[in-house]
Amino acid sequence: MTIGSRTQETDFGKLIAVEGIDGSGKSTQVHLLEQWLRHEKLRVFKTEWNSSEVVKEITSKGKKKGTLTPTTFSLLHATDFADRYERNILPLLHAGYWVLSDRYVYTAYARDAVRGCHPEWIRRLYSFAKKPDIVFYFQVPVDIAVNRILAGRPKLKYYEAGMDLSLSNDIYESYRIFQSRITKIYDSLVRSDGLIVIDGSLAIEEQQRIVREQAARLLADGYAQGPK
Amino acid sequence: MKFYGRGLPYLGAPEVKGRLIVIEGPDASGRSTQISMLTEKLEAEGHAVVNTGLKRSELISQGIINAKRSLGTGKRTLSLLYAADFADQLENKIIPALRSGYLVLADRYIYTLIARDVVRGMDRKWCHDLFGFAVVPDLIFSLEVSPPELVHRVFQRQSTLDFYEAGMDMGIAEEMYSSFVKYQRLIATEFRRMQARYGMIPVKGERPPLEVEAELESRILNFLAAQTK
Repeated sequence: MTIGSRTQETDFGKLIAVEGIDGSGKSTQVHLLEQWLRHEKLRVFKTEWNSSEVVKEITSKGKKKGTLTPTTFSLLHATDFADRYERNILPLLHAGYWVLSDRYVYTAYARDAVRGCHPEWIRRLYSFAKKPDIVFYFQVPVDIAVNRILAGRPKLKYYEAGMDLSLSNDIYESYRIFQSRITKIYDSLVRSDGLIVIDGSLAIEEQQRIVREQAARLLADGYAQGPK
Repeated sequence: MKFYGRGLPYLGAPEVKGRLIVIEGPDASGRSTQISMLTEKLEAEGHAVVNTGLKRSELISQGIINAKRSLGTGKRTLSLLYAADFADQLENKIIPALRSGYLVLADRYIYTLIARDVVRGMDRKWCHDLFGFAVVPDLIFSLEVSPPELVHRVFQRQSTLDFYEAGMDMGIAEEMYSSFVKYQRLIATEFRRMQARYGMIPVKGERPPLEVEAELESRILNFLAAQTK
């Protein structure tokens, strides 16, 4: 079933997405989930936001030149997503894989809306995407996530910090405001889109225990289990 | 400035003095000839003119070429890349020109992009909604030339038909000539569908260029005159 329509498709795989702001710990969690599923001898494929070759060059050129508008930025991310969706996600789902998506359409709902694109337009844009079986949202207080990021990697990039939004002249302050606005939208998606909230301030092991418990429910559904 | 859908909310409601005029039509329908003649005439009349077209964004056009070369690029991916190219030109060229009071002559607009996707089986509604950020033009002309006539015009310039303009990716015919004619008929049908919805003015393109130009010019000048009244 796609997000925008009610047409039933015969997908046999499972689609799990993880969402959350930078520093929420979602990549660590999806990595551990992947390791577990592989250990269980399931066929797994992991895909990451903004990783397709199609737009890589364009995005970096646009960032350098500073000519990216909220709409072009949004469309380039949609292009990246569509490319991974058409090449990997959809065919692999049809083949029965467990597809793990580090960020999914909800990242666009949050970031593009913060940048000023109309929320309904963004939703229509991504309406072709399949609704995941589970979306985990790693919820952390903005300060904790921001401090995690700033501790490890003090150089922030212009767009990453949301400097294009003119929130503040200070790049760190801009980053904080940007991340807190994104958090607000994520929080609102919990109810509207059925995101499963994981408290990102819990111990890594504890978070993973909850993640696996939820994922195990899909296993119990019976289908889409790879060869054991 | 009016938009087809949700527009560009972060721009607010910009005041616009310029006008946007679109010339649509298939390859070899005479678009570029008309645009250069019209530009000359309109500038002679004292209007400052800016030309735009598809796949001309400095940022993205090369990316489109690369994506088309790369095997396995899906149709939705391409369609979004074209939309990004269009958005880049709309925001960095068309809108600034309209704000400064230019007459913008666009060599094709969103309609070609929509038609191409729809004949390839993409959801019509999705394609229309995608371009909800596009500015509604003041005038839209659609140059109509029959597909067999188009083929001859193309062959007068070069001895081959363009792969995509012939719809060769669609597998609708065994060889290129038939594929081109079939594909262009499908596109023309889609354009006729869009005529009422978007208020497109069909213009008979199988006439001497000067005659076509005279019609376009008088329609444009009449429109501009009516605006200043």
